[in-house]
Formats: sequence, C-alpha cells, structure tokens
Amino acid sequence: MSEKITNNFSLTIATVNGFGSQTANVTLLRALFKMGIPVSGKNLFPSNVQGLPTWYTIRLSRDGFTARRDETEIVVTLNPASFARDLAMVQPGGAFFYADDIKLPLERKDISAYPMPVKALARAADVSSNLRDYIANMVYVGVLAHILGIDMDKIKQALAFHFHGKEQPIASNFGVVQAAADWAKQNLTKTDPFWVEPMDKTDGLIMADGNTAAAIGSVYGGVQFVGWYPITPASTLAESLNVYLPMLRKKDGKQTYAVLQAEDELAAIGMTVGAGWSGLRAMTSTSGPGISLMAEYTGLAYYAEVPIVIWNVQRVGPSTGLPTRTAQGDLTETYFLSHGDKQYVILLPGSVNECFEFGWKALDLAERLQTPVFVLSDLDLGMNQWMTEPFKYPDMPIDRGKVLWEADLERTNGVWARYKDVDGDGIPWRTVPGNMHPASAWFGRGTGHDENARYTENSREWEKNMARLKKKYDTARRLVPAPVIEASADAEVGIIAYGSTGPAVEEARVLLEQAGGPKTAFLRLRALPCSQEVGEFVQKYERIYVVEANRDGQMRQILSAALPDQASKLRSACHSDGLPLTAKWVKDSILSQEVK
Amino acid sequence: MATPVPVTAGPLNKAGLSRNDYKGLPSTLCAGCGHNSIANQIIAACYELDIVPETLVKFSGIGCSSKSPTYFLSRSFGFNGLHGRMAPLATGAIFGDTRLRALGVSGDGDTASIGMGGFKHLIRRNVPMTYIVENNGVYGLTKGQFSATAEVGLTLKHQGTNPYMPVDICMEALASSATFVARSFAGDPKQVKELIKAALSHRGIAVLDIISPCVSFNNQENTLHSYTWGKDHEAPLHEISFVPALDEIELPGEFAEGDVREVTLHDGSAIILKKLERDYDPTDRGEAMQMLEQAERDNVLVTGLIYIDTSRPTLVDGFNLVETPLNRLGEADLRPARETIDKINALMF
Ligand SMILES: Cc1ncc(C[n+]2csc(CCOP(=O)(O)OP(=O)(O)O)c2C)c(N)n1
Ligand code: SF4
Ligand SMILES: [Mg+2]
Repeated sequence: MSEKITNNFSLTIATVNGFGSQTANVTLLRALFKMGIPVSGKNLFPSNVQGLPTWYTIRLSRDGFTARRDETEIVVTLNPASFARDLAMVQPGGAFFYADDIKLPLERKDISAYPMPVKALARAADVSSNLRDYIANMVYVGVLAHILGIDMDKIKQALAFHFHGKEQPIASNFGVVQAAADWAKQNLTKTDPFWVEPMDKTDGLIMADGNTAAAIGSVYGGVQFVGWYPITPASTLAESLNVYLPMLRKKDGKQTYAVLQAEDELAAIGMTVGAGWSGLRAMTSTSGPGISLMAEYTGLAYYAEVPIVIWNVQRVGPSTGLPTRTAQGDLTETYFLSHGDKQYVILLPGSVNECFEFGWKALDLAERLQTPVFVLSDLDLGMNQWMTEPFKYPDMPIDRGKVLWEADLERTNGVWARYKDVDGDGIPWRTVPGNMHPASAWFGRGTGHDENARYTENSREWEKNMARLKKKYDTARRLVPAPVIEASADAEVGIIAYGSTGPAVEEARVLLEQAGGPKTAFLRLRALPCSQEVGEFVQKYERIYVVEANRDGQMRQILSAALPDQASKLRSACHSDGLPLTAKWVKDSILSQEVK
Repeated sequence: MATPVPVTAGPLNKAGLSRNDYKGLPSTLCAGCGHNSIANQIIAACYELDIVPETLVKFSGIGCSSKSPTYFLSRSFGFNGLHGRMAPLATGAIFGDTRLRALGVSGDGDTASIGMGGFKHLIRRNVPMTYIVENNGVYGLTKGQFSATAEVGLTLKHQGTNPYMPVDICMEALASSATFVARSFAGDPKQVKELIKAALSHRGIAVLDIISPCVSFNNQENTLHSYTWGKDHEAPLHEISFVPALDEIELPGEFAEGDVREVTLHDGSAIILKKLERDYDPTDRGEAMQMLEQAERDNVLVTGLIYIDTSRPTLVDGFNLVETPLNRLGEADLRPARETIDKINALMF
C-alpha cells in the first residue's frame, strides 16, 4: 500500500436514480462534515424520475476547497449500465467498490477493487420488501465506513437528522450500515491508501442548500406573497417557503403571507406584480425558461415602478436544454429582459449564506427602489448541500421604502405626485390600495404618464420620466451589496467572478501560484449595477479575467459595456458544459491566455 | 373623437357621495362605443350601492375595453396591466387588502384570445372579483381584426370571412366552475346596471359577458355583436331587480309565487328574478349549459343571470389570513423574532 492519503480525495457514487441513493449520499456527506472534515457534494442527476444513471461526488479537502474536481479517486457503483464508465473514472491508485451481483469484466490492475454483497445484505434487512431497493444503498455507506474509517456515530447522527429523529427508519437504515461494516471487516482487506480522520475545520458551520437558504432569508425579509410555477432547479425554493412560512410567520395561528402556485410563469409574475403593486413584499422564483415568459410583466414592473423580487435559479440552456445541470447562462437574458429601455438590479449570491442574506436584502431593495430585483443563483448553489456560515439575523430593520399612508397625506393636505422625484434620488413616493384618503388613488399603467401618473404621450414627459428612472438606477448602484475584494500589493492580474464559480476561483488562485503563474487579485461581484469599486479594481490591473460558467462570457460583455474605456483589458475565462467549473480548468484557462 | 362620459351630479347616497364622486376622466373611445355605456352603468351601480370609491380596486388588460377603467371611479386605485394578463394581476393584488372589492374590465380578445388561460384559472380559483368582458367580437384597439368570439362566417371589410367557431365566454366560465355567470347587452342599460350590482355583491368570481358593439369595426346590422342584432334577438331570461341588503325585500305583487325567484347574496342583498318565458333555475349548472346550447341553436341572445352559486369558498377564504390587511402589517409581524434564528440554524445540519 502506498502512503496514506487522508481527508483529501473525491468519492463518486454511481446509482440509478429514483431508488433513494440520495439519502445514502447525503448521509455520507453529513457524517464527514460532522467529523470536522471540509466537504462538498455535487449531485449529477438526469432529467427523469426513475431509471437513469446518476452520480454523486463528495470532495474531501483538508484545505477547505469546495469546488468540483474532475478527478475522482474512489468510485462506488451499483449500476450495471454505467459500470464500465464508472470503472474507467477511477484515478490510478484509486479504489473501486461495486455491487457483487454485477458480473462484468473488471480489467483494471492499477486500483483496489472491493465487491459488496448489496442484494444479500438488503435482503437480510429488517424492512418490508418494497423498501429493499432503497435500503440497499446503506450497504455502501457501511462498507465505505469500514474501509475509510468513517465514524459510525456520525453516520447515525446524519440518519437521525435525515429521518427527523424517527426511530424506526433510523434503526433499520443504521442496521444495514452496521451489517455492511461488519461484513467488510470480516471479508475485505484494505489495499487502498485513502483514510478519513477527524478534524476541526467545520466547527460552527452548518450544511444547507441555496434554495432552502433563499427561502428562509425571504421569510426573515418579510415576504408576503409568492406566485410561482414549478421548474427544476428552482422548485425547491418555493417548496421550502411552504415549509418555513407556516413555521415562522403565523400570528395567532393565522397567516401573514400567501403562496400561490400559478398556472404558468406568465401568471406567476402577473400575480407577483399585482401583489407588489398592492403593497406586499412579493416574489417569484423560476429558471431561465420561466424568465423568458416573465419578460413582459417584468418590463411593465420596471416602468410602472412596482417592487418585486425574482429568483432565477439557473440551469442549462433552452427548455429543456440540460435541465438538471448547472450554468450561469441566463445573465444577459435577465439583464436585458423585456422591451424598450430598462435596467434591472441583479444580486449575485456566491454562497449558501449569501442566498439567505440576499433573500431578505432583495425585498428591501425592491421596495426601497420600487423596481424588479433579480437574484441570480444556479443549480449548483441552489440544490447542492454546502458547508456555510450559519444564517445571521438581519442587521438592519425591514425597509418598506417610500409609502404614504392616510396620516401622511393628511399632513400634506393630499398633495403628492406618484412619479415625482422629491428627494433627488430618482425614487418617487407611492400609495397602495386600501389607503382611504380621497387623494391616495392613482392608476398604474404601462402607457406614458406624467408625474401624477396621468396618461400622456407628451415626448418631453416621456424623456423626463426615463431620465429619472436612470437616476434611480444610479441610486441603486450605491445601495446594492458591494463586491468582495481580495487583493495584494504584488498582484499582476485581476480576476472577476460571481455566484457559484467563486470557490473554483479561490482554489485556482492557489494553483496558479503553485504553477508559477501570475499573482492574482480577486473581485467577487455581488450585484449589478456595478458599484464604484468595480471600476477602480479594473483600473488597477493590466489584464482582468472574467470567470464564468457560460459560453459567451456574458459578464464580460456587460462589464465591457459598463466600463467602455477599460473593455480591452477584460478577458474571458468562460466555459459551460453543464458542470460546475473546476479550479484546474480556471487555472489552465488563465495560464493559456497569459502565455499568448 | 373624445366623448365625455355624461355624469350628472345629483343627490347624495348613503356614503354621502354624489354621482360626480364616481366619475372618471372623459372617455377617449369612439362616440357610440358600447364600452362607454357600460362605464356609465358601472358608475351608476357603484353610486347606487353606496360604494366608497377607495374601497374598490380596478383592473384591466389591454384594448379599448381595458382603457375604460380610467373613465369611472377616479378615486379608486387601478392598474391597467398587460394584454391578456388582467387575471393574474388581480389575483395577486387582491391579497394586499382583502376588504376591498375588485372590479376588472377586459375585452373579448383580452379574455378569450390571449388571456384564455389566465381567465379560466382565475375562475377555477374563485377569485373574488367582478370580471366584465366588453364583448364586441373584434379587436377594437388594433383596428378590427377578428377576436375569438367572432361568429363563424362573419365577414368584415378588411378581414375577409372568419372560418373558426366562436368562443362562448359564458360557456367557458361555466365549464371552469364560475360561481356567477351573466350575460347582458350594452344597449340594455338597466339590465347591465342590475347585473353589475349583483356581481359586485357576489362573493367569488362574477363573470359578466356584455355584448358591446364596436361601432367602428363590427356593427353591421346582421352581426351578433351589433346594436340592431342585439336589440332584435335579445331574449332576457328574467327581468332582474337587485335589492340592496338594507332595504326590505318586497316581492312585486302582480307575480304569482313560483314566477319569482330570489337569490340572496353573501352580504344579505338579493337579486330578484321575474320569470318571463319559462322556469329557469340559475342555480343548476347543467341547466345553464343546456340553455346556452339551445340559445345558440335558436340564434337568440340570452341575457340575464345564467348561473349563481353562493356557497363555494373564495380563493381568499382558503388562506386563513390575519384580520389586518396584509399590506398594513409591520416589521413585528413580518420578521420572525431574533431568537428564532438559532432554532433555524439548528434545523440545518
Ligand atoms: C402582448 C401584446 N400583443 C398584442 C398587443 C396589441 N393589442 C392591443 S389591444 C389588442 C386587442 C384588443 O381586443 P379586445 O380585448 O377585444 O379589446 P377591444 O379593443 O375590442 O375592446 C391587441 C391585439 C398588445 N398590446 N400586447
Ligand atoms: S374602435 Fe370599437 S371598441 Fe374601440 S372605442 Fe371605437 S367603437 Fe369602441
Ligand atoms: Mg373586442
């Protein structure tokens, strides 16, 4: 056996989807996390309900890196259909665990191979026959636990969490894990070098997915109306709202909110705009194809100045594209959405914790600015489990923006104008239905209007109003989350990234140094429009690499337009194949452009 | 040409308001457009119902018809949404303050062409609102193209002949489980007014299909959506009177029992239907559909209250909302207490 490799490898599990392997996979991930080992999990699942191959990769990284890796040292397979592929995937010197009922050639001599009596142990399990296929997944948990040294108590903790403390399923699942570990102890001899050992690197962290975090953040942000339509990978966001709103937002047993599943995205956004107009903290969540259908109402909301929040949890390409894979390909779709001149605020969470934070901030910004606010997440961030800082209670009171109620109108003798810039920030005051003051009402519309919301086709009025909207966008520039910058005095090139590509860039910067590449500074964008810091950062470096998971370098396009005199410095490191970017790819892409 | 909607100020109603308080801006629709007379009846109905304008919210889609919410109730909030998308807009907006009444005005194109999906879902959710379709069989605003309610075989000057079967708005509403379905004719202002009053008093979706001739693009004598055809072929189901809750309900003496049917609405007011030709039971959905089918075969325009069900819960009833209007809730109700965050973090792993 070669030298011990501890807490620094990737493990891929190949199964058939629809048979409960996700429970086993997440149990492994959680057990490792509870051992204090930095982990990340990526679920690579097909777009069907049952029967197609699916892979789940867990990366253990003693240095705390969470980006996806291409290489995998350990592979577990229960799937004859993907067996050959799974076997080929194992890195030389790696380990291969397979269900012993798969009678296929095992030709590799450069790896350790372990058969597992999956069927036999599942048959012996104390569960009804219809649960056998599901519980069979626990066999590899037990075998891996023995061979790698995973703490059995932590596995039990993970199961207890998964089954909400219900004794029966915990016992039967753990029974199979234990039986498999015992079997491995008696029947297998360890020949691979991989081990896990407890660390303290996850103390104080939690594990969650971005969609759950976004939902909880919105609940703390006081979301009151949600109109939504199911679409992977966004559905679990709205579904989580249906879990956490009843838990956190009932008053004397009554709801302070309403969630409505619409008949399509045209309606989801229509309802959301109606609710936002009527004075509710309103949001919707969808993915690229849904955004397409939301175009018209979003444009109207921009122009009529209706506060709404739209989460776009991105997936790949058209409907259906690669619906269960990840990308950052909807950026320009979102940024340029809808007719005529318009400018949107777009928040770009880069971690699960930021999904929570932007969940409440987006609602504040929408009402403060009276405008649609997008939050761009993606499947990787939204649906995978990540280690993250615990959610932090909002550090600012809820911001309802500029709303006039009866008492306010009494003070002004009813004098006010819906679209007038009285404060010099481009943001007008508004009233909402239910206000009983006789001067409160106004008529919302997409047609040309003057300061008093009265219909007009007057060219000067139109231009004046559009100029004010532009000014409002400049106000937004000062209010949106500032970028996070990691710079050093000797940095030669700059890197700009956003969203879920952050972890790959963090690691790539280390890899670049190790490879003798340039010293880098890193700006992680957290919102559009760009605040002043972005321009200053770009100014500083000769070359800026904009790293993103799409084909066309969409953020580079947007930044080029925003900073025209700096545009020639911006280079793209962009790539989209449905998978999260790897640090190695980012490093190679930058290095290859550096030698040119 | 702009035709002001004529409104005469007169005595004050129980809300202490004159008719003038229900006025809108001058209409910019064509003189003689059916939509104008409907706007007038909305004003009359709201005045007679003593509705405080601030307690009503107006909605519309896009079209000549959808412009009309600016021609009545200037003191009411309103939102002129997108073409075909009034339904979801109103659905979301009613949650702001569920004490308010909602009134929507749409067109036949807006409802039955581009907006058919949303229309039907609004109905099946029983969204509490009055939904008026000003039905002229054409797209008025885009200058006379066929709409989905144009009758098959209709020939228009610049459009040729319509080869497709028309959509019957009332039939669609019934098929989608509407709880109030009525049809009227813009040339019959009294019936229009009584039906609007009943619709505004109904709790749930009230669909009012009002044949509203487009004098510019579809008013040939022999077409279904014209004044002359409407006048000649109108066959009212009943004579209708609406009795507000506060008045004593007194049935007119000259009608024998059984000739009169009274439907009590949720607020205690009632619609009284006087039998005209035959016994018609507006609480029987099957009969309603059959009656519409027969009317189509007989080439008559049946008007009146076609169907009503006052028992079904509305969309809002299903939500168990707090008493305070949602849009008046403050931070204390909208943001969970600080100590909850630790529990939530503990729920993660
Ligand atoms: C998305 C979209 N498509 C097309 C139009 C153009 N458009 C405006 S009104 C209208 C038809 C209106 O017809 P109807 O609803 O019957 O109203 P009417 O004018 O007849 O009262 C059309 C097609 C639009 N405004 N928006
Ligand atoms: S075009 Fe037709 S529908 Fe439009 S305002 Fe004129 S008459 Fe009315
Ligand atoms: Mg029409």
